[in-house]
Amino acid sequence: MVLKSVEKTRRETLAMAAIAGLAAILAPRLSLADEQAVAVEIKKLYGDKKFESGKIKLDVPEIAENGLVVPVNVDIESPMTDADYVKSVHVFAEGNPLPAVVSYRFTPACGKASASTRMRLAETQNIVCIAEMSNGKLHMAKANVKVTIGGCGG
Amino acid sequence: MATKPTPRVRVPTQAKPGELIEIKTLISHEMESGQRKDASGKVVPRKIINKFTAAFNGKTVFEADWNPAISANPYQSFFYKAAESGEFTFTWKDDDGSDYVATNKLTVA
Repeated sequence: MVLKSVEKTRRETLAMAAIAGLAAILAPRLSLADEQAVAVEIKKLYGDKKFESGKIKLDVPEIAENGLVVPVNVDIESPMTDADYVKSVHVFAEGNPLPAVVSYRFTPACGKASASTRMRLAETQNIVCIAEMSNGKLHMAKANVKVTIGGCGG
Repeated sequence: MATKPTPRVRVPTQAKPGELIEIKTLISHEMESGQRKDASGKVVPRKIINKFTAAFNGKTVFEADWNPAISANPYQSFFYKAAESGEFTFTWKDDDGSDYVATNKLTVA
């Protein structure tokens, strides 16, 4: 009798633990953005326009120990003259609750289309950077960041 | 908020014509993302600096729209190609409507 009840509680405990574990894995995912959310944001800005690769150097750490402060540097290849310059740059994070990170607007007076800031990342994820040139051409680059401690304050 | 945000800007005071200078800015601000919950489970309302603008002699040269994903005490660096002497005006716009402004002189010779 005693042994049986012990067996039961152990099984129950195990089941409970399994459910809790599964919930822990699933719950935060539900509230986070994904590749789809980033695609929606980009579509809002540029519709169905095609993106080219190249020209963008997206510099993020491969492994970020602290998700609260992740340096992000964008550097877009451009002569930055009045006729040919980078108009705007957008950075998105696929795994954050809100995908948008930062949007820059450059002018030829910048001389160089490069900017650095620091961002928060909730989990390991892809960073997407898109750049719009003055001639209307669009470029895209992606980079993965492994986050050891998430930066969502949760 | 505990203290008034203090901007800090590092920009050279002198440059040669055509020289590319890097401008580094930092402002103290908690950048409350609106995603966090306090101890009682209530969402802490969003309060971030949502826009940073750099102008030279009144003409905007660089703008950044910041989202809640920007870290506390936001840092921003960018470049400027020196052409003439003048003054930089850096403006940070807060969600609560306040502006924080810093100015720096640049001599081009």
